[in-house]
Amino acid sequence: MTVEVSPRSSPFEIELRLLLEAIYLRFHYDFRSYSMASLRRRVRAALDAFQCDTVSALQEKILHDTAAFPKLLQYLTVQVSDMFRDPTFFRAFRERIVPELATYPSPRIWIAGSSSGEEVYSLAIILAEEGLLARSILYATDINPEAITRARDGVYASDRVAAFAQNHAAAGGKQPFERYCTAAYDHVALDRALRDRIVFSDHSLATDSVFAEVQVVTCRNVLIYFDRVLQERAIGLFRDALSRRGFLGLGSMESLLSTGHGASFEPFAPEDKWYRKL
Amino acid sequence: MVSQALTAFDRALRLRPDWTPEAVVIGASAGAVDALGALLPALTREAKLPVAVVVHLPKTRPSAIVEVFAAKCAVPVAHPFDKQPVAPGRWFAAPDSHLLVEADRTFAMSLDEHVNYSRPSIDVLFESAADVYGERLVAVVLTGANRDGARGAQKVRASGGIVLVQDPAEAEVDVMPRSAIELADPQVVAPLRDLATILGSLGNGAAHVAT
Repeated sequence: MTVEVSPRSSPFEIELRLLLEAIYLRFHYDFRSYSMASLRRRVRAALDAFQCDTVSALQEKILHDTAAFPKLLQYLTVQVSDMFRDPTFFRAFRERIVPELATYPSPRIWIAGSSSGEEVYSLAIILAEEGLLARSILYATDINPEAITRARDGVYASDRVAAFAQNHAAAGGKQPFERYCTAAYDHVALDRALRDRIVFSDHSLATDSVFAEVQVVTCRNVLIYFDRVLQERAIGLFRDALSRRGFLGLGSMESLLSTGHGASFEPFAPEDKWYRKL
Repeated sequence: MVSQALTAFDRALRLRPDWTPEAVVIGASAGAVDALGALLPALTREAKLPVAVVVHLPKTRPSAIVEVFAAKCAVPVAHPFDKQPVAPGRWFAAPDSHLLVEADRTFAMSLDEHVNYSRPSIDVLFESAADVYGERLVAVVLTGANRDGARGAQKVRASGGIVLVQDPAEAEVDVMPRSAIELADPQVVAPLRDLATILGSLGNGAAHVAT
């Protein structure tokens, strides 16, 4: 008997979809609406790391070895960031948004997809320099518990500090960046006072809902990894979380133009990807 | 007088009489501006193929490629935006991120780790495009000083696509074309002038250039 083989779906593609389904059913992490082009690369990298020849073998491992999934999660959610990445984004926050936030008794900011914390600390430093940190609350959320732990630690490799300091200055920094860190061996630890106003938490833009009313949401270079449906869901959450006239900041390659939520926002500093809720 | 390169290309195509290309991907590094300057004018507004380009540029000047070529070309050069359709009529240059193609023929970006010390990486674009277009992809590797693009070209070839490599003897820096030739067994190795002729013929209903 001969069986017809579909040329449209390779075994890898089929196994990839099955893996994402298995992860969802078993661990409630929903990657099914992620950009497949990026996921394919990440899963291929995981195959090498787990020394698996096929995605099916990887699936068997994560279903039957409880220690394996947290390790795979690191491959599926890799994210690389810098402090004050795109300095003009942070300069616009400092010069145009902080004065508006100052009119609130207790401004609240949600950093969605905070990864290892570079962005939330960047915002905290600006708020400190503008005299607003002591009465602000920053919510830093991510789906990856290990990233949250790293963010909470606030410890970064010393060789990154020069770039952080340069970006900080370009973003209008008022103090030398080094004032915010303590050096230890080949790492630096960020000032603990910055952390006192940050709430770190587990949150999925794919499966969780709004948890607080905030005046600012930043979600940068996270939406590029989502398909359109998940992008719509995430921006809908941001709209619902923002108070009236609140601000939404996106990554340099992201925009609201291609989503159904364009009508809920107006451009605020469009060259820096800041939008304002209507 | 038809060059050997064009004959080789024609021979590769003769094995696939009903073949029509769907997209072109190009990678270049050191010496890229001059090399692309020789290739870009070959593309006219009538071209039916989308073209995506990865060029390694200094981190501080990610959009130099758009500025350099905006004035020189009949076809506009632009950075694609997230989920923009991979459509003909312009050259798409990778922004300061990896550039990938999704199964629904839209662009995707990623800020994942550097590949071959590069972001954007030629391998990342080529491999994702090979997943999507298979044998209907044409990949071009030009001058450069690192090995980015070789693995990607290998995958394009393994997926049945056509790989064109700039003649290393002519390339400003020959490491990248040499690496691609070693790993990918390209159908055509040729100077820019011939690559321009081939690209110009693609998608204009005249895929066979030597007959």
